[in-house]
Order: sequence, then structure tokens, then C-alpha cells
Amino acid sequence: MTSEQEQQSIRCLVAKVGLDGHDRGAHVIARAFRDAGFEVIYSGLHKAPDEIVQATVQEDVDVLGISILSGAHNTLVPKIMDGLEEYDALEDTMVLVGGVIPDEDKDQLKDEGVAAVFGPGTSIEETIEFVRENAPER
Amino acid sequence: MNAADEQLLEDLLAGKHRALARTISKIENRSSGYRDLVSELYAHTGDADVIGITGSPGAGKSTLVDKLAEAYRERGETVGVIAIDPSSPFTGGAVLGDRIRMASTVGDMDVFVRSMSARGTLGGLSTATADAVKAMDAFGKDKIIIETVGAGQNEIDIVRTADSVAVLVPPGSGDSVQTLKAGILEIADVFVVNKADRPGADRTVQELREMIELGEGTGFGGGAGHHGADAMDTDADATDVDGAGDGWTPPIVETVATEGDGVETFIDALGDHRTYLEESGILAERTRQRYAEEIRTLLREDVHAMLEDELERAGGVDGLAEAVRRGETDPYEIAGGALDPVETCLDELEYESLELPSE
Repeated sequence: MTSEQEQQSIRCLVAKVGLDGHDRGAHVIARAFRDAGFEVIYSGLHKAPDEIVQATVQEDVDVLGISILSGAHNTLVPKIMDGLEEYDALEDTMVLVGGVIPDEDKDQLKDEGVAAVFGPGTSIEETIEFVRENAPER
Repeated sequence: MNAADEQLLEDLLAGKHRALARTISKIENRSSGYRDLVSELYAHTGDADVIGITGSPGAGKSTLVDKLAEAYRERGETVGVIAIDPSSPFTGGAVLGDRIRMASTVGDMDVFVRSMSARGTLGGLSTATADAVKAMDAFGKDKIIIETVGAGQNEIDIVRTADSVAVLVPPGSGDSVQTLKAGILEIADVFVVNKADRPGADRTVQELREMIELGEGTGFGGGAGHHGADAMDTDADATDVDGAGDGWTPPIVETVATEGDGVETFIDALGDHRTYLEESGILAERTRQRYAEEIRTLLREDVHAMLEDELERAGGVDGLAEAVRRGETDPYEIAGGALDPVETCLDELEYESLELPSE
């Protein structure tokens, strides 16, 4: 066929992990991503790291955005990263973390492979721009 | 096929989940080379049982699919789910929210759930869905469930990719006139009145029953109804899929998906339908019709793409539209002008490439 009409669309999983029950931010992000033309899959509340890994692998998302306000990021995020590694999905999935993350933990998350950490006050436009510019090329 | 795609195919056939996920992405994106990949998949398909589930938003499809997947897993069967949600006509964006209700089987990789949106145009979604089903089938899934909101013709095309179609009807979804209207009710092989514990469920069951009885002997509601008027002029020796000769009357199953009530009955009804399809020879007929539709859709897409390219070369459709607005020409004349050379070419063409492969 001469005309290959590629129909790429940025796919994102917006995930809530652990006991944190506040998902207003996740809803706002999901909606904003949708309006930016992304395909958004929302995980729902209280997910275990395994569940997030399963969804990320099966849905083959470009971006995994983890929203976390409970302070458990140092235990939960590495578990997700290890799970992605196990299914060969770490390399081409961009992982973002949003929520209340103390400055001293940010570097540690980045060492784990998190591409960016968005704290309170980050504008939605900035997040969308970051995703557009940095979503993995496949 | 390039080396990367060959590796992908090999990994998929070896049962690697990531490879299945990536293959479906390639199908959705229509990435270069995806057609060769899908073409290779066909040799490994044909074993899966494909079930379509549709119904209005809020009918409880995802919850029922979740329970269905769980029940199949308990029987030792692997399950693939394709959940389709609409995308925004303005931005193309979508929130794919069906996965959220797939809670019973979470952490079980042998339930492979994939969310898709109506990204494409012109039958693109049904082609992509059919191809994704092929990928799951080749991967080795025993049951493949396609779940979609039954809002329009597009969805009807999608669920036709399935061997058995279940239509969910929530209680109180309208009076008996609604059940007379054309649309998704006609494509049901099994009716499910979900949320059967709610008031009005009995009445809904009654209305569906009346509708089915009305349809008996006239072809409608006879389990087929799938092909409309064109089915009338198929070859005389083809299996009688439509009409009074058809022995399938869609059963009505009552479920409360949130509790798992009625799921076993539903599975039995699907199983009965499957047996019926196999024994009557209708499965073969339906499969043939589906492939015919796939061939047509592919051809339509290709021709459409070629003409789009041609329009681009002619400077885009806007100039032509402006000429119509100014009254200098009309759409029919333009379409004719664009297609005449194609017709001339086709007349001169020999049809060797379309011959059936020899035994």
C-alpha cells in the first residue's frame, strides 16, 4: 500500500497506588490528557503495584503517571519499576510521578528511573508539554 | 517482514505478554509493516471462541465481563478482553474506563485486557478490533470477549466480529416500541437482563419475550437477523442462515453481575449457542461472511487512502469544495472525474491476482 496512514496516539495510564484515597488530582489529569488528545486509561483507587504493572504491560502505554499523596512512594514506586522490568516494559515506558513528594526523595525516584516528578502547583500545561516532548519514540 | 517484526511474532507465539501488547499497538497505530504481521497471524488462528457483549452505557457490561472472565478462568481457560470506548470527535482523546471494573481477575496475567478507542475512521475500528482478535487468538487465548457500547452502526460492525453476541438490556430501558426499533436488539444471540434485582426487570424480560415471539417465523429475532435484506440473494446452496429455517431462538438470561448471579446460566447459554453454530454449519457460514466483510473493508480502506493521496496531489479537497460553493461544478462531477481513470485501468486489468489458491 502506498499510503500508510499511521494513527499514533499517545497512550497514558493514570494510576493510583496503595492506600491513598484522594483521586481528584488523578481525575483532573485524566480529563486534561483526554482533552489534549491522549488516550487515557484510569486505574481506579487502591491498586497494588502488581495491578499497575499488569495494566501497563497489557495496555502498552507510552506513559505511566502515578499519582501518590500518601507518602508511600519510596516503597511503592520501586515495586512498580521492578515489575515493569520483569515484563521488558521498563525501557520504553515513561514513568511520571505526581503528588506530594519531598525534595529529598525526588532524586531517589529519578535514580529508580522515574522521568519526572511533578509536585503541587505544577501547571497542567507543563505536564502535557512534558509528555508530548518526552513520550518514548517507538 | 523485517527482523524486528519477525522477533515480535515469534515472541507472541511463544506467549510473551509484552509481544501481544506491542502487536496490538502496531495494529492500532497502523504502523508500517503491521499488515504483514497480521497476515502472518492468520495461520495461527481459529481456535478461540469469540464473544461480543454490547448494550447501552451503564448496563453493566464491564462488571459482567469481569465475572465472565473469572468463571472461564476457574474452568482453566485463558481469556482475552478487548474493551472499546468512544473517543472525542474533537480532540481524538479518550478516557478508557472499562478496565477499572475488571477487578476479580486482577493480577492474573492470563486475563489479558486491552482498551481500545475509536481512533480511526471509516470502518477502521472494526478492522483494528478484528485484527486484535486475531492477535489474541494466535497468542492462544481460549475465549476472547469484545465489549463495546452499543450506540451506533460502528458498534454493530464490531460485535459482528464475534461468533456469539450478547446484548445487555437494563431494566426499565423503554417501552415495547423501543424493542421494535431496529438496531442492536436484532443482533443478539443471547439477551441478558442485567441488574435483574431492580424493579422493572420482570417487565423488561416480558417485553423482550414478546419481541422474540413476534419475530419467530419472520426471520427477525431468529438469532440471525445479521445480514438484512442482502442475505436473501446469496447462493441457493448456501446454508440457510436467516429466516424461518433457523433453529435458534435467543434466550433471555437474568443476571446480577455485581453479585455474580446468573453468570453460570449465561455461560451455558453462550455454550449452547456455540454448539448450535457448530452443529448447524452456521459457524462456517458466519466465518465466511466475516472474512468477506474483512476483504471488503480492507479494499475500501485502501482505495480510500489512494484517493486521499490523489486529492492531496490535486491540491487538497478545499479548492474543489470552494469551486462547488461558487457553483462552478458539483460533487458528482468531481467524483466522476477522479474515478474515471481508475475505472479505465480496472477494465484493462487481468484478474489473475484474485484467483483462488489451488488445492
